[in-house]
Amino acid sequence: MPVARLAINLTPAAVPVPTGAAVAAGTATDLEVAGLCKSFDRGRQVLRDVSLRVPKGQAVALVGANGTGKSTLLRCCLRLIEPDRGRITLLGREVRNLRRAALRSLRAEVGFVFQRHNLVTQLSVLSNVLHGAQARHAGPHVWYQTLSPRNLREEAMQCLEQVGLADFAARRADRLSGGQSQRVAIARTLMQRPRLMFADEPVASLDPVAGEEVMELFSDLIRRQGLTLVFTSHHVDHALRFGDRVVALRQGAIVIDSAAAALDAQTIRQIYD
Amino acid sequence: MFALYVGAGAFFVFSLYGSDMSLSKLVDGLPNMFRLIGEMFPPSFARIQSIAGAMLETFQMAFAGTVIGVILSVPLAILAARSLSPHPALYYAARWLIALFRTVPDLVWALFFVVTVGLGPFAGMLTLVVDAIGFCGRFFAEAMEETDKGPQEALSALGAGRSEVVFSAVLPAALPSMINSSLFTLEKATRASVVLGLVGAGGIGIELKVAMDLFQYEQAATIIISVFLLVLLVERLSSSLRRLILK
Repeated sequence: MPVARLAINLTPAAVPVPTGAAVAAGTATDLEVAGLCKSFDRGRQVLRDVSLRVPKGQAVALVGANGTGKSTLLRCCLRLIEPDRGRITLLGREVRNLRRAALRSLRAEVGFVFQRHNLVTQLSVLSNVLHGAQARHAGPHVWYQTLSPRNLREEAMQCLEQVGLADFAARRADRLSGGQSQRVAIARTLMQRPRLMFADEPVASLDPVAGEEVMELFSDLIRRQGLTLVFTSHHVDHALRFGDRVVALRQGAIVIDSAAAALDAQTIRQIYD
Repeated sequence: MFALYVGAGAFFVFSLYGSDMSLSKLVDGLPNMFRLIGEMFPPSFARIQSIAGAMLETFQMAFAGTVIGVILSVPLAILAARSLSPHPALYYAARWLIALFRTVPDLVWALFFVVTVGLGPFAGMLTLVVDAIGFCGRFFAEAMEETDKGPQEALSALGAGRSEVVFSAVLPAALPSMINSSLFTLEKATRASVVLGLVGAGGIGIELKVAMDLFQYEQAATIIISVFLLVLLVERLSSSLRRLILK
C-alpha cells in the first residue's frame, strides 16, 4: 500500500491529504466520507473538509490530540452529531439523507464502543447486553432481563462468554471494574450482530494493564468476525499494533493517512507537537 | 443591590401592617389558648370507632390518590422532560399542565371536585391525584433530565427507539429519585387529606370541624392526636422504605 509522506510543517494546508492513499483500488467500501465539515458554537471548526474511504475488513486507527475532531468524526458518521457539510456513505447508504427509521436500521448494523462504556449502571450485566438487540426487537422483552425470552437471554450469554464475563451476568453493572465494564459494553455491541465497529478511545478510562487486555480482546473479536473497525486512540502503539491503517487528524483535517506498517511511533508523535 | 434590600425591607414592614400584626393581641389571647387546651384534656374516646373509621378513610384517600397520581405523572413527566419530549408543543403543554396542577391550592381543587362528584372521599382522592401530579410531574421530569446522557447516547447509537431509551436507560437511572419523590408525596397527601374534609371532601377533617363547632374539645383532642400519630407513622414508614430501597 502507498504511504503518505509527512511534511515537516504539519499544518493541514501544508500537507497534501492523501485521502484513501492506504486503500487498495477495487475493494468494497464500508465507509466513505467526503468533504465533511462540522463547527460547534462560536464558529469553532472541528472538522475541515475531511475525506476518508474505509474498505471492508480494514482496521483504521484515528489519532490526534484532544479536540482535533476524532470523536466528532465517528459521531457524525452515525448522525449522533449532525454534520454541517459533506457526504457520508456508510454500508452503502447515504447517511445524511436517511429518515428516522432508516437511520435506526443503519445504526443497528454498526457497533459503537464508547470511552465511558455508557452502561445503564442500575441494571444487571445481562440486561445491558440484551439492550444490544433493541434495534432488532422492540418492546419490553429487550428492556430488562426478567422480561426477555429464553432465546435472547441465551444469545446474550453467548456474547458475555465471548468477552469472558458469563459468570457476571446477574451482577449490577455498577459493581464492575473499569475493564469488566468495557467488556460488557463490547458484548452489548456483539449482541447487535454488527457489520462494522466504531470505538471511541475504548481504553482511555482504563489502567494500562486492563486497557491492554481489553484492546487485545476487542481486536481479536473484530478480526475473528472479519468486521471493519474504526477506532480512535491516544496510544500510538495501539494505533500501530491494532490498526491496519493510521489516519491522523490535526486541527480538524487529515494530515497522515498511511498503512500502519509503513509508519513508526516517532512520526505519529509529531502531530502532538 | 442596596435598593433591592431596602425595597424588600420596606415591603416586609408593609406586610406586617397588612397582616394586622399585634403583639398585645397575641399576649392577651394566650390565656384563651391555654383554656382551650385545658378543655381538650383528658381526650374523650367515646366516638373512637367512628374516628378510627374516618382515619382509615383519610389514609385510603391519601394512598389511592398518591398511587394514581404517581402512575399518571410518569408519562406526563416524560413529555415534560426537554430531552425526551417528542415535540416542543407537547413539552410546553405538559409543563403548563403540571404548573397548573401545582400552583392552584388543594382546597380550590377540592371545591371543584366536590361540585363535580359530590361530597365525600372520592372528591378528596381526586384532589390528591391532581396534587400528586403537580408535585411528582415536576420532580420526575427533573430527575429524568438529570440522568447520565451516556447510556442514552449508547442506546440511540445502536438503533434503539425513543421508548427503548426511556424504559431501558432513563427510568432505571431516575428511579431512586422518583421513589423518593413518591414517598414524599404520600407524606404530603396524608397531611393534606386531613384538611380536605373541611370542605366536604371526605376524611377526618369533617369530624374535626364538627367537634370544634359543637365545642366537643375532648373529642377534637382525640382526633388531633390520631392525626398526629397517623402522619408520624406514615413519615416513619416512608423513611424506612426510602432507606431500604435506596441503599
